[in-house]
Amino acid sequence: MASDYEAIYADDRWSPVFGKLSWDVIPYYEPLVLMSFIGVVIGGGALFGWVTYKKLWGYLWTEWFTSIDHKKIGIMYIILGLVMLMRGFADAIMMRVQQSLTSSGFDGYLDAHHYDQIFTAHGMIMIFFVAMPFVTGLMNYVMPLQIGARDVAFPFLNNFSLWMTIGGAMLVNVSLFIGEFGQTGWLAYPPLSGINFSPSVGVDYYIWALQIAGIGTTLSGINLLVTIVKMRAPGMTFMKMPVFTWTTLATNVLIVASFPVLTVVLALLSLDRFLDMHFFTNDLGGNAMMYINLIWIWGHPEVYILILPVFGVFTEVVATHCRKQIFGYDSMVYAIVVITILSYIVWLHHFFTMGSGASVNAFFGITTMIISIPTGAKIFNWLFTMYKGRITYELPMMWTIAFIITFVIGGMTGVLLAVPPADFVLHNSLFLVAHFHNVIIGGVVFGVFAGITFWFPKAFGYRLDPYWGKVSFWFWVIGFYLAFMPLYALGLMGVTRRLSQFPDTTLSTYFHVATVGALFIAVGIAAFVLQMVLSYLKRDELRDDSGDPWGGDGRTLEWSTSSPPPKYNFAFTPQVHKFDTWWDMKQRGYVRPVDGFNPIHMPKNTGAGFVLAMLCTVMGFGLIWQIWWLAACAFFAAVVGAIIHTFNYDREYYIPVEEIEAVEARRSEQLAKGNPA
Amino acid sequence: MGLNKIPTISRLVAILLLLASVLALSGCNWVVMNPSGDIAKQQAFLITISTLLMLIVIVPVIILTILYAWKYRASNSKAEYDPDWHHSATLETIIWTAPLAIILVLSGITFVATHRLDPYMPIRQISADIPVPENVETLVIEVVALDWKWLFLYPEQGVATVNEVAAPIDRPIKFKITSGSVMNSFYIPALAGQIYAMAGMETKMHAVINEKGVFDGFSANYSGHGFSQMRFKFHGMDEKGFDAWIEKLRISGEPLGSKTYLELEKKTTGHPVVYYGNVDERLYHDILNQCVKAGTTCMDELMHRDTHGSHKTAKYQRK
Amino acid sequence: MNSVNPTADQVDETPVFYLKEEPHHAPGTLLGFWIYLMSDCLIFAALFATRAVVGSNYMGSPLPKDVFNIELILVSTFCLLFSSITYGFAVLQMQQNKVNGTLMWLAITGLLGAAFIGIELYEFNHLIHAGASPQSSASWSSFYALVGTHGLHVSFGLLWMVVLMVQVKMYALTVANMRRLFCLSMFWHFLDLVWLGVFSLVYLTGVLL
Repeated sequence: MASDYEAIYADDRWSPVFGKLSWDVIPYYEPLVLMSFIGVVIGGGALFGWVTYKKLWGYLWTEWFTSIDHKKIGIMYIILGLVMLMRGFADAIMMRVQQSLTSSGFDGYLDAHHYDQIFTAHGMIMIFFVAMPFVTGLMNYVMPLQIGARDVAFPFLNNFSLWMTIGGAMLVNVSLFIGEFGQTGWLAYPPLSGINFSPSVGVDYYIWALQIAGIGTTLSGINLLVTIVKMRAPGMTFMKMPVFTWTTLATNVLIVASFPVLTVVLALLSLDRFLDMHFFTNDLGGNAMMYINLIWIWGHPEVYILILPVFGVFTEVVATHCRKQIFGYDSMVYAIVVITILSYIVWLHHFFTMGSGASVNAFFGITTMIISIPTGAKIFNWLFTMYKGRITYELPMMWTIAFIITFVIGGMTGVLLAVPPADFVLHNSLFLVAHFHNVIIGGVVFGVFAGITFWFPKAFGYRLDPYWGKVSFWFWVIGFYLAFMPLYALGLMGVTRRLSQFPDTTLSTYFHVATVGALFIAVGIAAFVLQMVLSYLKRDELRDDSGDPWGGDGRTLEWSTSSPPPKYNFAFTPQVHKFDTWWDMKQRGYVRPVDGFNPIHMPKNTGAGFVLAMLCTVMGFGLIWQIWWLAACAFFAAVVGAIIHTFNYDREYYIPVEEIEAVEARRSEQLAKGNPA
Repeated sequence: MGLNKIPTISRLVAILLLLASVLALSGCNWVVMNPSGDIAKQQAFLITISTLLMLIVIVPVIILTILYAWKYRASNSKAEYDPDWHHSATLETIIWTAPLAIILVLSGITFVATHRLDPYMPIRQISADIPVPENVETLVIEVVALDWKWLFLYPEQGVATVNEVAAPIDRPIKFKITSGSVMNSFYIPALAGQIYAMAGMETKMHAVINEKGVFDGFSANYSGHGFSQMRFKFHGMDEKGFDAWIEKLRISGEPLGSKTYLELEKKTTGHPVVYYGNVDERLYHDILNQCVKAGTTCMDELMHRDTHGSHKTAKYQRK
Repeated sequence: MNSVNPTADQVDETPVFYLKEEPHHAPGTLLGFWIYLMSDCLIFAALFATRAVVGSNYMGSPLPKDVFNIELILVSTFCLLFSSITYGFAVLQMQQNKVNGTLMWLAITGLLGAAFIGIELYEFNHLIHAGASPQSSASWSSFYALVGTHGLHVSFGLLWMVVLMVQVKMYALTVANMRRLFCLSMFWHFLDLVWLGVFSLVYLTGVLL
């Protein structure tokens, strides 16, 4: 079977005009892919058709795609995450069903060639195109508001970063219908990912999707970092920033200091594949262990990039819904900084079994365990914030409780895996799979849902329907435990990961429970989507007029704005006196100014980010399929386009006073209407 | 959101913990916690002790979470509300130092255990009760990961097999592991932990099997389409049984030299068990140095030339 | 531990919670570019690390001491080093608001940079013909990755220099153009520093050890 696929991508199939493209690379003979394609065409066609019918393209282009407004960009990141969640989760359901079938003695419906693409795509999509966009979206939306800024430091770059991420996602999605995806696992270890053992375009799709999205992420890291350093409102010293802003700072430091390594290692892999070099090959001096070191030097900070923003989300949620200042603010900040630094000296724990020797393994095992200390301090601080608070169980707080309980279990199994000899028996088993899903779902996913629910009213002006939110919550939480607790057991029974066939049918019950769990999560996701739709339809009932929807308990500056905030965020730049700035303002008699406005300097929208990112995506496609003329033309056009863009010096404008007066007057009316008794 | 939802969370957690502990204690086919080799037994003990140490923190955290979530709910007017209480040096000290203390203990255990259970070091005991005898001879087994099967060579006995390996009980084994293709991981859960198998490199693992039986072995690192079928059986036998097994291989097995090996290197899935009775003694060296194919230069020769800067014709090159 | 609580003199009777006049934020462009440069530094660090790991895996391919033309590399090194000095002169002219002086020194910098690239390409050609191609071994792959990445950065810097020269000619030394010249200056000096590392750790060690 494998050799048929390899034949399609063999060197003799290359032509100068089409590269390695041929009709054979379109998998019309694969029923599942064909059905997905038909589904996408129908669904996508319906969506495109509706947008065209409603004449919304102009609106979408001018108000959203070319927007350099951090709020709109943040929302678009989260929409990207939600769309890709569907694909990543579909992969998960497919794997669960296959494992249920084959662990019961049936033939599965997926051969290894497909199954192996599915688990590779599942991991890669979930990390890079679901989790990263979700946290980037939240940081983008919330942080500038929290520091009293009007936008990020480099608004155009922000738009460009978004479109580069979307470009990477597009390449991953295209791989489903043109060609195939890699079959290597989400980190594509060589020599398996080298040209000898993976001759098809699959690994190339993987590499270029990540390189393009990675550039977007790195630039976004620089952007948000400079924003926090340079654009805080006067009076907001570092130790008066909200904890979410601190976690944003730490996360973007991690991004800037880790993504370049990913860029290098993927570039070296593509040099091996395209130009027959020998960084990671078995012969001529290549060293596959070096790839593993480099990719995990990136990979470990990456998981902290995912979890730190979520720690920030939970801090804001806990303080707000417990109606109490966060306990131990200084301690929280130190913990964040310590975690950030320590995340750089633990990477080897991902490959204790590679044979590094006892001293090296022991060092990295011990450093890994040490990270649990600041993490534990944070958890205690959240608990002590709840202590003697008055807790309202809005949905974000429910997610927080579920997070604390779930995350500590996952953290415990992590510290367990950090003991090298224990890892020798658990590495790459389903126990490991259970551990990282435990911390990523229990941590990142729960946190993202908490964040989305928490800040949705701010972003859209109406609350989310609580009932369907709770349905989604319960199905997610119960589904998670059903789906992953059996995997801990299976790991302890010696079952390894990435298997599509199981000879031992006595284990099938565990797999079935896990599949039921996955189905529960599917209901949870459906309920979430339903919640979005129904809330939109009922938005007038759920309207928030105050800008401070959680019972007036908002503590940080974003709650001082209207819901949604005006495009300039603040009519006057705030003067900060204390931490929990908005709470301080409310306590000490803040009166909202209604006149004396000045014109506000804002950046202009631009289509350059979209154009340049799409050219990069086309270049990526050209490189993947070895259509050299296409790659060269797209690259050349992108460079020329960027140069032309630099000749445009006129990128800002002033919002006139009249416009600000009108917006603020509307807000005054809204506040008077929604003023609670 | 009704108040009766909170107890549901705690009820749920309690049920799940109970279920988990029942399953854990039953230990049925939980081979990782109930293995047959001494190294794996020590590793299982580490899992247990680490879990217990961490439960010291985890259990109070979960209890406190549920307790506080319940007690300080807004509708409970009896609970004290102190919005200005957000700092306590005592508590901060405790929450940083208590986990630190546990981690210090765990780190000590880790340091000692990692050195004791270093796969590169010979075993220090046959089992908890039996020390390593004075003049015991370690059994050397060479392991080669291929697509998608395992080749086992016995250098002292001159035999080899595909997808079947055996050892006498209570005798130290030294595995020397490499790969003839991509990265794999050599793992027999009942025996000892795993270690990666990498082309052009040799990893080592020392272990001992304490019980007779047939145990599962497989690759624990994804290596391609045939990965799911890359399984073998490891047999723990008494000395007589082991000698008889070796004899069986000598008599019934085909010869294994470079030509047969190059055939074996080709991709097969679910390869049946094959015996080789007469193994070329240079074969493992050539596999490790990637010069089985005639005309290729062995890696050790290339590296020798690199360091000595000489370009004499290789003595080591395979003809 | 009391950073969240105000000191006595921060609390006043009627605190002002907003600024009547818009504050003038210094743009963060230079900081942002510096951070980008640090991320670029990390790229080079990873390439140096790669070189360290596989740099001696010649596997029968030519040894550096047999194929490096160290005299030529010394010439190109001095071209690059001098180009940093000439860029410094360009910045001095810029600070005196002298468009023509700036352009002249930029042009000289560009020519020196182009000479560097020209010599590097010539050298690569010679190495490949001598059997030290990127495909010959991991050691040479790591050489071309490191030196080649540096060369690509210098080439991109040259392109940027040309564009900036056009923009300075067209629009004179505006605030935006001066900011861009500062950024390119940082870029150019950074590449110089990296080259010092490359020259020492790759070329000198190759021929001396």
